[in-house]
Amino acid sequence: MRLAEELEGVWAILEKDLKAYYFKPPNISWGILFPIVLALSFSLRNPEGLIDLAPGLIAMAALFGTTSMEAIVITFEKRVGALERLQLAPINSASIIIGKLLGGTVFGLIISSVMTFITIVFLGAEILNPFAFILVLLLTNVVHSALGALVAVSVKEVFEAQTLSNYFRFPMIFLCGVFLPLDEMPQAFRFLGRLLPLTYSVDAFRGLMVEPRAIFIDLLVLIGFCLFLPYLSVVKFSRNQE
Amino acid sequence: MAAIKVTNLSKYWYQTKAVDGISFQVNKGEVFGFLGPNGAGKTTTIKILVGLTKPTNGDARVAGYDVIDDIRLVKQRIGVVPERSNLYDELTVTQNLRFVSKLYHVSAHGREEIIQELLDLFQLTEYKEKKFAKLSKGLKRRVVLAAALVHGPEILFLDEPTSGLDIMSARRLREIISDLSKHGVTIFLTTHYIEEADLLCDRIALLVKGKIIKIDTPEGLKKSLHNTPILKVRFQGEFDNAFLDSIQGETVSLLDGELSILSKDIHASLESLLRVAEEQNISLQNIETIKPTLEDAFLQLTGVSLDSMQVEKEGKL
Repeated sequence: MRLAEELEGVWAILEKDLKAYYFKPPNISWGILFPIVLALSFSLRNPEGLIDLAPGLIAMAALFGTTSMEAIVITFEKRVGALERLQLAPINSASIIIGKLLGGTVFGLIISSVMTFITIVFLGAEILNPFAFILVLLLTNVVHSALGALVAVSVKEVFEAQTLSNYFRFPMIFLCGVFLPLDEMPQAFRFLGRLLPLTYSVDAFRGLMVEPRAIFIDLLVLIGFCLFLPYLSVVKFSRNQE
Repeated sequence: MAAIKVTNLSKYWYQTKAVDGISFQVNKGEVFGFLGPNGAGKTTTIKILVGLTKPTNGDARVAGYDVIDDIRLVKQRIGVVPERSNLYDELTVTQNLRFVSKLYHVSAHGREEIIQELLDLFQLTEYKEKKFAKLSKGLKRRVVLAAALVHGPEILFLDEPTSGLDIMSARRLREIISDLSKHGVTIFLTTHYIEEADLLCDRIALLVKGKIIKIDTPEGLKKSLHNTPILKVRFQGEFDNAFLDSIQGETVSLLDGELSILSKDIHASLESLLRVAEEQNISLQNIETIKPTLEDAFLQLTGVSLDSMQVEKEGKL
């Protein structure tokens, strides 16, 4: 009964967020345009090696798709007192955070799916194991949405959320093997890259699209982040109430 | 059983005591007012009672449940109208009410019926498909109040419910609050509008700097002044406020050019006023005596200056 009530709360928050924020025409059009522009700019720069970049582009689309909206939605609601309304309801903090991060996950899934579609249809990329690919895509979006939620619950203002998001987003593009494989980087960068979830997403996508190999460890690490980051967000969110 | 029972409740924000060892009880079906200036601890107390923050010390039970150990049960039994109208701008009135009803686990079976009843009750039917952002402040407050009632709470917490509303909207909202009370809903109201507390509340707690100074009925608070008449004086032209110190009286305060003198010896106060006015060549326009109001009682009991209350009102309105 209690679980059913929590799930009802999660679903209500997800449904409301999609309707009130994510599925607004400007966001949807940005969500579709962003991967197209990204793919187009890379294809003009280097038409030959684009398939090699496909895993990084998909991971990057997920990273930006989830974190860009997620952090803003939470901090905006915090600012106008709407998040307080959720805290007043008979559901726990975990349900609020899960509801919130699922909104970011759905939006990120849409953007990264558009990017996947582009890489397959227009760039000729192939997916070797569709089931594993969908799993990695899902985990990638959950992990980065949770990262966005963690940033949002840690700050007060929308601009702080955006600034803090950029602090980790842009270094991640360079440290996580999006453009340059991790093995070709200096030792220190390689170490830093191994601490970031995007590295495992790019690695897994690469294993499923470009260099066929087992992605078991990547999956395990992504699942670990999937549990750890939302947990941290819930702890931080609950502490804010004290 | 009391609807709300608070014992030695304190809340510290670092070194600042926002709420300082308060105790009170609210009876079922009562309209209980929390009256005090900004920073008195009204909102912090509400936040503790509705589970938004935890107390540093003390106990609080709402609807018979502990606000720390059984907060989920508390939340199922209370409705909250925060000071800010914090529903979702992009959703329509109906979508907002539907969303809140889901959060409170209102059965899907009767949900639409309840929403329609609330729309009718609050005269919102014609606005039901309008986005929340497009509503006037008064309508927004009505929707927020409707949202707080969607799950049929036993106790309603209202934090400055009429703050920022025009006179007609505020009056309409007070009528609704009064009707809810008649239907057995316990109401915990915070306000710094003294007249509002006088109109709505069965009992009032006066709160200053985190402490409760007195709890009584509005009439009881007025009687605490022993029915001493208040001298109200209006002046002509400009004058130096420093002369107020020379007037005899327990409370001498100036608001909107009107001087209020509360004194056990009203004749002595009048004599001193006339003497000082003559010495300083200040012309009097009008002098009258009136019965003490709740505002006078509040000022006498709390020592809060009328000016500070006025600044607060202006800031809010």
